[in-house]
Amino acid sequence: MKLIKPAIAGTLESSDIQITIAPNPGQGIQIELESVVKAQFGDAILDTIHQVLQQMDVTEADVRLVDKGALDCVIRARMQCAICRSAQQPYNWAWEDNTP
Amino acid sequence: MKKQLKRTSLYASGSSAAKMLEARFYNQDCIVYDLEDSVSQGEKDAARFLVYQTVRYHKPDNQYVLIRVNGLYSAYIEEDLQAAVRARPDAIRLPKVEHPEEVQRIDQKISEIEKAAGIPVGTTELWCNIESVLGAVNAQSIATASLRVVALALGAEDYTASMGALRTKAGPEIFYARMQVLQACRLAGISAQDAVFSDFRDMEGLKEDLKTTRTLGFDGKTVIHPSQIDLVNAAFTPSKKEIRYAERVLAALRDGEKQSTGVVSLDGSMIDKPMEIRAKTILAQAEAAGMWKGED
Repeated sequence: MKLIKPAIAGTLESSDIQITIAPNPGQGIQIELESVVKAQFGDAILDTIHQVLQQMDVTEADVRLVDKGALDCVIRARMQCAICRSAQQPYNWAWEDNTP
Repeated sequence: MKKQLKRTSLYASGSSAAKMLEARFYNQDCIVYDLEDSVSQGEKDAARFLVYQTVRYHKPDNQYVLIRVNGLYSAYIEEDLQAAVRARPDAIRLPKVEHPEEVQRIDQKISEIEKAAGIPVGTTELWCNIESVLGAVNAQSIATASLRVVALALGAEDYTASMGALRTKAGPEIFYARMQVLQACRLAGISAQDAVFSDFRDMEGLKEDLKTTRTLGFDGKTVIHPSQIDLVNAAFTPSKKEIRYAERVLAALRDGEKQSTGVVSLDGSMIDKPMEIRAKTILAQAEAAGMWKGED
């Protein structure tokens, strides 16, 4: 998916994550993470973000994450939403059919 | 297989990650992740992703899980179904159903999605919300419109609005709709779910409302606040006295059969077929609630 405009998904409530994403032409993927559990789960959060970017075929993006202790399922949901909003395209739900 | 209890259904809004996670820790029998009324227009997409991921990967295994999708004629229904079916809930809850053809149309779409997603066709069950005059009048044909339909649930607020009636705590204005839903469910052999009691601070009012719900014969009730769960669960759980009496009814019938006495009586009253059916229902409810162990 090609990102078209800056977009945001999620909230700053407990158990949630707020994701801001923007096009990043020629700069690849850049991620900035702020998290209350960065020391323990920072790598796992970034891993999830990279998985979603790859699944949705996003190769250039500036991503900012403000995590308030979100579970993996919440991070995935917010990232998918942010990308669709930025790309101004609906999600292809058939992608989920190949996910174990 | 043990019967799945459906005494209480708690709504959890798809708009809040925290509320959705919290909801699974209450002791309702059914949890309804909501994409409809509790989610604002601008957050429909976010809620859909959140509900999908939560149900698909963190589905509570001790509760019956439903996803309430948006209206059948809304702009969101197509994508809601794509996500909801793939999330693999126990059922999808359809709001404001008025015609059997609507259920059949949704059934067909669900089958297509199940097939594409590698889910056995027919797995996803349906609960139909009856929330209007037309829905109430057509309840019987809606209940039998598809084999997927396993419950009808009355939505009293929209129903009374469609009637031009006033909504009261005593509820005479929804009596007809309650009976329509109940009779349709009994004829179809599916679960009958009563309307919410909206004032979650009024526990005495809820108790009174539950007397009506139980007396009429509903199987469960939707709740809008966790504080209502225990009262509603208790109302649909047989007491020890009821269980003991049901056991005695069935024991007396067995004795009568052995001795070929024809007419069987207990405590001076003749046991007839309706008493036998009631006794079996009580014991089935008690067994599902873990209060009684079947005899074989």
